[in-house]
Amino acid sequence: MISQLSWKIGGQQGEGVESTDRIFSTALNRLGYYLYGYRHFSSRIKGGHTNNKIRISTKPARAISDDLDILVAFDQESIDLNAHELCKDGVIVADAKFNPAVPEGSSAVLFAVPITAIAEELGTSLMKNMVASGASWALLGLPLEVFNKAVEEEFGRKGKAIVDKNIEAVRRGAEYVLELAGGPLERFKLEPADGKQKLFMIGNDAIGLGAIAAGCRIMSAYPITPASEIMEYLIKKLPKFGGTVIQTEDEIAAITMAIGANYAGVRTMTASAGPGLSLMMEAIGLAGMTETPVVIVDTQRGGPSTGLPTKQEQSDINALIYGTHGEIPKIVLAPSSIEECFYDTIQAFNLAEKYQVPVILATDLQLSLGKQSCELLDYSQITIDRGALTDEIPEREDGSLFKRYAETPSGISPRVIPGQKNGIHHVTGVEHDEAGRPSESPANRNKMMDKRLRKLDRIKVDHPIHVQAPYKEPDLLIIGMGSTGGTIDQARRSLEADGIKTNHITVRLLHPFPAKEIQPYLEQAKQIVVLENNATGQLANLIKLNVGYRDKMVNMLKYDGTPFLPAELYARCLKVYEEQESAQKPNGELVEHGNF
Amino acid sequence: MATFKEFRNNVKPNWCPGCGDFSVQAAIQRAAANVGLEPEQLAVISGIGCSGRISGYINAYGLHGIHGRALPIAQGVKLANRDLTVIASGGDGDGFAIGMGHTIHAIRRNINITYIVMDNQIYGLTKGQTSPRSSEGFKTKSTPEGSIESALSPLELALSSGATFVAQSFSSDLKQLTALIEEGIRHEGFSLINVFSPCVTFNKVNTYDWFKENITNLDTIPDYDPSNRIQAMTKLMETGGLLTGLIYQNKERKSYEDLVPGFRKEPLSGQNPEITAEQFDQLVAEFK
Repeated sequence: MISQLSWKIGGQQGEGVESTDRIFSTALNRLGYYLYGYRHFSSRIKGGHTNNKIRISTKPARAISDDLDILVAFDQESIDLNAHELCKDGVIVADAKFNPAVPEGSSAVLFAVPITAIAEELGTSLMKNMVASGASWALLGLPLEVFNKAVEEEFGRKGKAIVDKNIEAVRRGAEYVLELAGGPLERFKLEPADGKQKLFMIGNDAIGLGAIAAGCRIMSAYPITPASEIMEYLIKKLPKFGGTVIQTEDEIAAITMAIGANYAGVRTMTASAGPGLSLMMEAIGLAGMTETPVVIVDTQRGGPSTGLPTKQEQSDINALIYGTHGEIPKIVLAPSSIEECFYDTIQAFNLAEKYQVPVILATDLQLSLGKQSCELLDYSQITIDRGALTDEIPEREDGSLFKRYAETPSGISPRVIPGQKNGIHHVTGVEHDEAGRPSESPANRNKMMDKRLRKLDRIKVDHPIHVQAPYKEPDLLIIGMGSTGGTIDQARRSLEADGIKTNHITVRLLHPFPAKEIQPYLEQAKQIVVLENNATGQLANLIKLNVGYRDKMVNMLKYDGTPFLPAELYARCLKVYEEQESAQKPNGELVEHGNF
Repeated sequence: MATFKEFRNNVKPNWCPGCGDFSVQAAIQRAAANVGLEPEQLAVISGIGCSGRISGYINAYGLHGIHGRALPIAQGVKLANRDLTVIASGGDGDGFAIGMGHTIHAIRRNINITYIVMDNQIYGLTKGQTSPRSSEGFKTKSTPEGSIESALSPLELALSSGATFVAQSFSSDLKQLTALIEEGIRHEGFSLINVFSPCVTFNKVNTYDWFKENITNLDTIPDYDPSNRIQAMTKLMETGGLLTGLIYQNKERKSYEDLVPGFRKEPLSGQNPEITAEQFDQLVAEFK
């Protein structure tokens, strides 16, 4: 019996790849397996090769698997493009319709199942997904009842006839492949899962769910990959809570509407990706200047410009931290798991109101869209902290205004919202005095700039970094952010097996940078590897700027649009380690892969 | 009930003496009192430019935002608190140049706010450049040989974008302007009021006298029917847009807030943001 397995389905975009994956993995999740998904897709609706890969494991596994055990192919292209990933004795389940062929040199076993023909016989080629997932399920020798229950839930609202047809499609797919294979494949027999109930979702779902739990009742947004799922989730759910999603004419309207709604007292968010964030920058400055809380999600993707819109990248770090003119206090959080997408979204709303600043939640495409198992989310951990929002407003004298920007030791001023009696004050993006009246006096400028900036002097964020530091003096300290944590951990296990001591830090608070928290671990390490999906080492530069240690820091970059794979990362870390051991330091600074 | 004086504050506007914007300020204050508002029930959201300062000169909640974005901010305020009266205001550069995209979409979206444009056909605060409302041939610092672009017709554009309330007035006619703002506030949907608000410093063509000579006032046309969209469009074209009064109103179409499925009837800003454990469990169930 094995403890993990990986499965992939490939075909043309729009022909059921997504739905096959969904139904197959939902059923696996019910059995309690840990799943980690990866979507390869293009910026088009129909046509073009697309594939979904999932790793199925009896233990938590938050990384794409290096190889592949089962490939389900709807066309020959899917075989040609993906067969090289198959391990020895890997299996291809392909639609007999296109006379599938195993590429030369491949040792994979091919099962040609008349996927389309069975589906059409049962009424519609749409049921290809059921035949294909049924065949996959059968090869693993997993109980069919669990699968059928998932089918029932998927199609239940369409009536019993549809459910029955789909179950029949599953049965036929299973029956056909078992006959070819002579029964379930022993080598793919998975150990039973722990049976613990888990959630199975994408980061964007977790952000949407977190927003509702945090009391967000309005979202203003403009569609963009890979952020749109947040909007789509909230469109379905917010009406149940009296709220709404408003699709705006552009991202400038999205952010300014969110600022307006937050100013008026409702937790409101927007979400976008790099191009949208670029458009929002002026308004983020307005939020900073007017001390209006607002939460902005940036699901990072390949840039610049339209870049690689459907591919992985972590290249907005500079833009998020530095990207508005002038100087404002701002918080940039980077969740690193599905669970954190949920809890950090709640935290983002709390921080925004507590410090009265814009808070950016930065994910990356793999975290936003990769479907994963996730521990059950804990209702008791949901807290709502509205900061200095007050309804105790002293009566004001004629002509005077509420001091919305009153100078305080913390810099945080009492906040009121429109509609409250005696709370009238002015809000402006122009430099202003304590009541919001425009003022260009140098003394006032200094006072108000200092007041705004000191709000974050004592910022408290839950877990600004995650630390796994089993060693006092590790050979390598690997630092990453976003979706890369699971891959780093898997590579570390391989390095460990070679006797290389590694520690691991995930940076979760990008700004203000948690220099104090991270410094001791940098000090201890013989060498530091900063791993990120961009071409210029933005995270590494941030660490050098805020903490230092450039002489023992190595950039480990990847910007080809694909996430790091565990074996690749292991090989690259091993090379860094070996070079360090042979003490070949070129010009005092180590360059692993393009240092800018 | 508050009087118009209660909508005054003691901030001295930085407008030039004789600026048309003074009348707009006075008209908003009077209209707010006339419809029975208390100062805290009004939010004035303004853009950037001379006119954008208006939110600081009225005793009400006010937000002076960024150039061209008064409308989305104002719509956000209204969605958050539908009990507030929300007035967005700014100049012709704000609404018809940098913010034109928002103007068109605010019109078709029809959220219940009132948008007052102080239209002086010039960029004043940046000291005299052409605006999308400047006439062809109009000489400014940025068009020393005269503007070669055609002037925008915002109200024709509004009608073709599905506007439910289109009006125009003139700073010299405080009575009409006040009455139109009152009607705009009462209108259940998006109301657009364009105001000829002369710039006495940089626009020496479209002056008070020039408007007095060239304007057609609908209040003097007894059989004009503002519910007739075709007639409204014709009249605007006939007069080259130099038409004041209530030009068009559609009382049938519901506001955006009334059409949003499930949208809370009471202000969202007053709602308890917490969800119950049961609601949470229901949300989580779909991911199991």
